[in-house]
Amino acid sequence: MSRIGVFVCHCGTNISATVDCPGVAETLSHVPGVVHSVDYKYMCSDPGQTMIKDAIKEHKLDGVVVSACSPHMHEPTFRRACAEAGLNPYLCEMANLREHCSWVHDKEEATTVKAIDLVRKMVEKVKKNQPLYSIKVPVTKTALVLGGGIAGIQAALDIANAGHKVVMVERDPSIGGHMSQLSETFPTLDCSQCILTPRMVEVAQHPNITLHTYSELESLEGFIGNFKVKIRKKARCVDEKLCTGCGLCSQKCPTKKNLSEFNEGLGYRPAIYSPFPQAVPNKPVIDKTQCTFFLKGKCKVCEKVCPTKAIRYDQEDQILDIDIGAIVLATGFKVLQPDFFPEYGYGKYKDVIQGLQFERLASASGPTSGEMKRPSDGKEPETVVFVACAGSRDEAKGLPYCSKICCMYTAKHAMLYKHKVHHGNAYVFYMDIRSGGKMYDEFVRRAIEEDGVKYIRGRVSTIYEEDGKLIVKGADTLLGHQTVEIKADMVVLASAAVANDGAEELAQKLHVSYDPYHFFAEAHPKLRPVETNTAGIFLAGACQAPRDIPETVSQASGAASKVAALFSQSELTREPIIAVVNRTAPPLHSTCTGCALCVPACPYQAIEMEDIKNRDGKVVKRAAKINPGLCQGCGTCVALCRVKAIDLQGFSNEQIFAELMAL
Amino acid sequence: MTKIAYYPGCSLLGSSREYDESLRAIAGPMGFELLQVPDWNCCGASSAHSLNHELSLALPARILALSETLGVDEMLVPCAACYSRLVTAHHDLAESAETRDRIIEIIGMPYQGTVKPLNILEFLERHADSFKDKVSKPFEKDVACYYGCLLVRPPKITKFDRPEDPRTMDNLVELTGATALDWDFKVECCGASHSISKTDLVGKLSSKIVGNAVKKGAQAIVVACPMCHSNLDMRRTFINRAAGRNYTIPVIYITQAIGLAMGLSEKALGFPRHIVKVKFPEKAKVKAEVKPAVAAAAAAPAPAAQSEQTEEA
Repeated sequence: MSRIGVFVCHCGTNISATVDCPGVAETLSHVPGVVHSVDYKYMCSDPGQTMIKDAIKEHKLDGVVVSACSPHMHEPTFRRACAEAGLNPYLCEMANLREHCSWVHDKEEATTVKAIDLVRKMVEKVKKNQPLYSIKVPVTKTALVLGGGIAGIQAALDIANAGHKVVMVERDPSIGGHMSQLSETFPTLDCSQCILTPRMVEVAQHPNITLHTYSELESLEGFIGNFKVKIRKKARCVDEKLCTGCGLCSQKCPTKKNLSEFNEGLGYRPAIYSPFPQAVPNKPVIDKTQCTFFLKGKCKVCEKVCPTKAIRYDQEDQILDIDIGAIVLATGFKVLQPDFFPEYGYGKYKDVIQGLQFERLASASGPTSGEMKRPSDGKEPETVVFVACAGSRDEAKGLPYCSKICCMYTAKHAMLYKHKVHHGNAYVFYMDIRSGGKMYDEFVRRAIEEDGVKYIRGRVSTIYEEDGKLIVKGADTLLGHQTVEIKADMVVLASAAVANDGAEELAQKLHVSYDPYHFFAEAHPKLRPVETNTAGIFLAGACQAPRDIPETVSQASGAASKVAALFSQSELTREPIIAVVNRTAPPLHSTCTGCALCVPACPYQAIEMEDIKNRDGKVVKRAAKINPGLCQGCGTCVALCRVKAIDLQGFSNEQIFAELMAL
Repeated sequence: MTKIAYYPGCSLLGSSREYDESLRAIAGPMGFELLQVPDWNCCGASSAHSLNHELSLALPARILALSETLGVDEMLVPCAACYSRLVTAHHDLAESAETRDRIIEIIGMPYQGTVKPLNILEFLERHADSFKDKVSKPFEKDVACYYGCLLVRPPKITKFDRPEDPRTMDNLVELTGATALDWDFKVECCGASHSISKTDLVGKLSSKIVGNAVKKGAQAIVVACPMCHSNLDMRRTFINRAAGRNYTIPVIYITQAIGLAMGLSEKALGFPRHIVKVKFPEKAKVKAEVKPAVAAAAAAPAPAAQSEQTEEA
């Protein structure tokens, strides 16, 4: 016979105002198996907990039901109290009398009856509870940072400075990301490269950071603290150890007319190249799709001129196996590409460009050395129109969300243009100006008031070319929807920020959820913003949603601190609420029939098939096996199992049925 | 012969008889038998849907219901305004059971929604193979394809082509041997039914369309809508007055362009009915710059469909 203690809490008047708490305790004392039943004003208080501890010892309780608030609130509190009194914490259960009863019902007899039922069913459950023990898993104290933009750089530096090892993987030949392309940054107009490049160098030189550029994640296995990753290091065709980064190969390369990715197609680069002069690492790569040797079989000019003989045409992709404890996803975003806007003529007219292209035009390191020259004929544009929300907040384009950064960078662009072309006209078409942030609105006001940028509230319907001018047709909704036509020399589209190429496949590789626009999803939008729903994988920067540099950096530091906290322990403790496949003595070994239907059903890839062998090593049965490190206790396999061979510890079928039968 | 329901609407029996004639002229060689919807009524364009919502659905619903008696599952609707009304009714009645029940009650006849209205471009695109190999006299002209507003909008309902930069007609005329010019006003407003109440306004709006086509070196404007045609053709006096020019560029239907390529006579295609004489000007000597600019977006991938359709599809 069980020896169960029932403890009914008044929660001040939260419960006792509508539920007759002493009555509940009295009724429960008559339930078979209950040996002790009391009520108290605040069970979670120190005296309340002491009451429970004393009762466990005095009455030799083998089960405890605390009838109080939601287990989300105080289950850890009461389980800890039970453990302190020597009772296995998983023999303590809570009946939720507050959220499920007193708060939602009026004071009447039925309310107390319901409260009694809620407690009674937990008593029946506790009778079936088994002692459970938390699961310990070891931690590999190395973090993987995917993406070498400002988010990845900040996260990597923070983790490395906390004393842990970091492996950084970047898809492009250099780290730096979009921030390295920017000319100036809002709201202070300080030079983007000047503040970024010292950080890039720090990453390269940090003793705790191993940098793999021109590399991608191939696959991921394992679980929090114990991931195994494969990294594909793409062939640079350059021996990184020998190369000194002198740049002679790029200078002499005969194939120079390849559109530069770094300059957003506004400039050219050779087939063997470093994306930009401050690249980290400053070792070139050969673009095999453009290189004459790879296309036609002869040339080899770079090999001839290389003073250290570092060119390796026969280099192959390498696969690196690395053990990892935690992952920070910082894969960034991209701007929406051209044919989204047939009506704006992007791709058709050379002088209709997008925001990142304008950054390159304005940048001192850009194709025009920072001089304001339009792409078509290199003339200085006298009138420039900036179109905000090009794609963003446009349900018809399939992007109902706000890209967040465009209002600010458009104000910055207009301002930079006015600073370079004093007599020029800058127009901004906008829907709303969203400038929430420290010094942000002041910045926009400065563009309007001091620099004379003309803001027109309304959208642009179409852009077409007439007599060498771009005719921008729009509406001014503050002047009664009056149509506006501006003859512009250049148009800059603040095109929407969208998820990066390959975001969806990456999310599927990592089992991280993502939203309909392929941005990675956080575990909780408010309280767990840098965690994913896969334990041990964290988020930083614009791979989660469009965001600006300050926000990205603070989120990256947040993710890094989560990683550091994880690495501060040598072992991880996990709740034992996981699924288990039953194991019986021979001849059955397990009631599992080995149908393996649960394997694909598991959202966490925690189930694999295992051979059960007899003492001669002969396979007698094939059964499912659940990896306790990976299982999140969702119960999908339990519901699916046709022979009821799987049970969820702490919520077994027997326990649930006992609860139901009590009603 | 493949059978397909055919709803001519009022325009094709009145102001745009040449559209009806040219369509019938090419339908036979293409292997189609057009079954006119029996006892058809007004589609309700313009007037009904600005006055009474239920009427604007009931009128086209009756047509759809009647077409279901023909035992076909597609109905060809050459007029863009009729198409807009029919496809809207087809869409709305499929979306809401409540609306469907109410409209069935009003029209007093069974309605299944089994017949899908097709506009002329959808129809020709689907059956391009059946006229492609019948091109005997390639229509080697530089043309501007003008879509107007209703064929591609609203995208949620029509789910057809790219609303701001459609391409279907361009692809179709290229099959006849013509060159489709890249021009700016494919879907610009012609003024539509203001033609009657505010003819000056139509002249002004349409003059921009005609002017741009001429400037780009077009030898003809190709249309697929009776309203577009009457505004660009019949209102040419107003257009020329508004522009202060004397534009003579002919405006022809896509069906006429195909008919010419099939070697049919101008009379059979109804050319004598046009107000602006169908006389194609010489090819422009120095062709306007029509190639898409390369530099900025040369690295861009081939154009994909706009998201409106993909999202709905």
